Amino acid sequence: MDFTYDDEQVALRDAVRGLVGRTYADFETRRRAVAEDPGFDEKLWTRMAEMGLLGLPFAEEDGGVGAGPVEIGIVCREIGRVVAPEPFLTSVVLAGGLVSACGTPEQRQEVLGALSAGESVLAFAHDEPGRRWGPTAEAVTATEGGGSWSLTGVKEPVPHGARADVLVVSAALPGGGTGLFLVAGDDADRSGYAAYDGSRAARVRLDGTAATPLGHPGQDVTSSIATVQDITRVMAANQALGAMQVALRSTTDYLKSRKQFGVTLNTFQALTFRAADMYVSQELTHSMVEWATMVVAQGDPAALADAASRAALQVSRGGRHIGQEAIQLHGGIGMTAEYAVGTYVAHLTMLDHLLGEGGFQLRRLASDVTGHGALDPLA
Amino acid sequence: MQLELSEEDEAFRAQMREFFTTQVPEEIRTAVIEGRELTKEQMVRSAQILNDAGLAVPHWPEEHGGRGWSDLERHLWFEEMQAAGVPAPLAFNASMIGPVLAHFGTEEQKREFLPRTASLEIWWSQGFSEPDAGSDLASLRTSAVRDGDDWVVNGQKTWTTLGQHGDWIFTLVRTDPEVKKQAGISMLLIDMTSPGVEVRPIQLIDGGHEVNEVWFTDVRVPARNLVGELNGGWTIAKFLLGNERVGVAPVGATKRTLAHAKELAADVVAEDPLLRARIAELENELLALELTALRVAAHSTGGEPHPASSVLKLKGSELQQAVSELVVDLAGPGSLASGAGDDSDLEGWARRATPVYLNLRKASIYGGSNEVQRQIISRTILGL
Repeated sequence: MDFTYDDEQVALRDAVRGLVGRTYADFETRRRAVAEDPGFDEKLWTRMAEMGLLGLPFAEEDGGVGAGPVEIGIVCREIGRVVAPEPFLTSVVLAGGLVSACGTPEQRQEVLGALSAGESVLAFAHDEPGRRWGPTAEAVTATEGGGSWSLTGVKEPVPHGARADVLVVSAALPGGGTGLFLVAGDDADRSGYAAYDGSRAARVRLDGTAATPLGHPGQDVTSSIATVQDITRVMAANQALGAMQVALRSTTDYLKSRKQFGVTLNTFQALTFRAADMYVSQELTHSMVEWATMVVAQGDPAALADAASRAALQVSRGGRHIGQEAIQLHGGIGMTAEYAVGTYVAHLTMLDHLLGEGGFQLRRLASDVTGHGALDPLA
Repeated sequence: MQLELSEEDEAFRAQMREFFTTQVPEEIRTAVIEGRELTKEQMVRSAQILNDAGLAVPHWPEEHGGRGWSDLERHLWFEEMQAAGVPAPLAFNASMIGPVLAHFGTEEQKREFLPRTASLEIWWSQGFSEPDAGSDLASLRTSAVRDGDDWVVNGQKTWTTLGQHGDWIFTLVRTDPEVKKQAGISMLLIDMTSPGVEVRPIQLIDGGHEVNEVWFTDVRVPARNLVGELNGGWTIAKFLLGNERVGVAPVGATKRTLAHAKELAADVVAEDPLLRARIAELENELLALELTALRVAAHSTGGEPHPASSVLKLKGSELQQAVSELVVDLAGPGSLASGAGDDSDLEGWARRATPVYLNLRKASIYGGSNEVQRQIISRTILGL
């Protein structure tokens, strides 16, 4: 039982903070980065590749670094602290994670090698209009003819779908189940837009578009998609924790400096007690995120699914509490695009809805509430 | 970062579980698990079994029966104890006056009191709160005036938990009314059989008799029963209350109550998705709290508690209350039958649900009210 980083992990955190944190130390820099497409800093993306961050989760033979979940969590947390718009979570952890889990050795080397080197951006085209979260596809269908495959249907919203060089697309298979396919970004009909937190998403329309099966053709990979989604949930929780910590810090700094009625705001107990409750939410979330990250390292998919839901539920509750209170305690300034805290709240909202918000997770957990006795995190 | 316990800690945990589930009589543990009130004899019997095995006061200095355990070992000891339904050692003895005497007491006081405090041969009561000194404890007015070799004590204490069982009471008294209120307080050890001590029960909203008023009328206390320095009582009180917050989040007991309730009300839970959602949400919050307790236990260094420790009392009491509230709802209309006897057709847990719920409103008031905890967090952690 150990909740602390070792020396190498501390060094990694400091290095990421030195690169990503320093790049966005001034919030204006982030505003400029998201003002124009692709919505992030391509130069920083290249430098992240040079530092080895983009290959962190992948095996060395695939061009990666072979680091563990704690290290990936560290990167996500630092990204969250400055709400960096680079698509590490959706491109590396999620889309790259799927290629790593399902691809043939050749596909892994080619796709993950280019991703790790910063030469290629990946996107996972999975959500379909009108459907909730889950590991399966319905509206986009795969067809095989003469040994080649094609896809038809609409995926939306696809995070960073317009910028992506390669799309990893989920599709309903002719024989049932869900398969994954690689599609060259330029082969799809794409229209991109900005989301409320400055990140990018796209509508991706496929119309008999040529696609390469990822891994064994025609194989149902629903459970692999579910597991990679669970890992991504835990990493999104790390990213959200970083954002929550800074949102609270920014709020307490503001309470200490802003004056009204001739005194600083921290003289009003109605405000300081609410900040104390935000701290409680932050610490409970922190504990849960560390735990879930360590469960990823154990590699048991069932335990991971449970831990991912639990962490995502806590992050949803804690993130909304801290985010909403952060704006309220700042007052009007918290509503402005110019001031950072509102963007933190927007980003927390995006992370909450990327792979299933609190209520969705609670439904998963509540369905099995009588299937176990008291929970034991040390079992 | 590592999730698993070390081999040694795992073995320690198993040893604790083995002891608590086999050495403490089942009738006592069942009474705890079913939420029934324990008799004084049951409390003393359980304490003596623990004490004989060296498990009653592991956190005391080693020369007085402590074990020199790590914070994580103490955490595991406490959690396994609660999970098994073993009554926790009486806080007034084990967490309050014991550590105070070990730290501030004279050699004579240590010799006379500590062994019998550990074994619960002496049942201690706490004489702190007064009608006009609650959260603002330093306003206390009970006075002690020196007369020859004695102090003469007059005044009234209140909220004295289980004072009806008390043999001795450690009491904060005003020994100098002329100085700043914190500077004129001392601590006296008072034999509750002394002439002039009167214990009067306070009836509570749960229908039970848990707390008392204790009146002192010209009670003579030998001068040797002063603890620490004359007028140094506030320092001792702060030391004692600092210890009180450790272990004040009864995570294990709350988890056990929730798991037990799920089983007892399985039929109701099976047909009501909203109840299942409430249970799942509470289980998740309890998990987050337990993990926070582990983080605190694994990383409190040099006696300084991890900053997150202040979260434990605040959230721990809220969840304890929320689970008791859920149990009343699970009991449904049967929860009305709190006055029914054992010939009732309703199950005991359902009949006891509401008194427990009402009783636990205390949890966010004692041990430093939750508003005091928020004050601590906002001032000392957030710097507000």
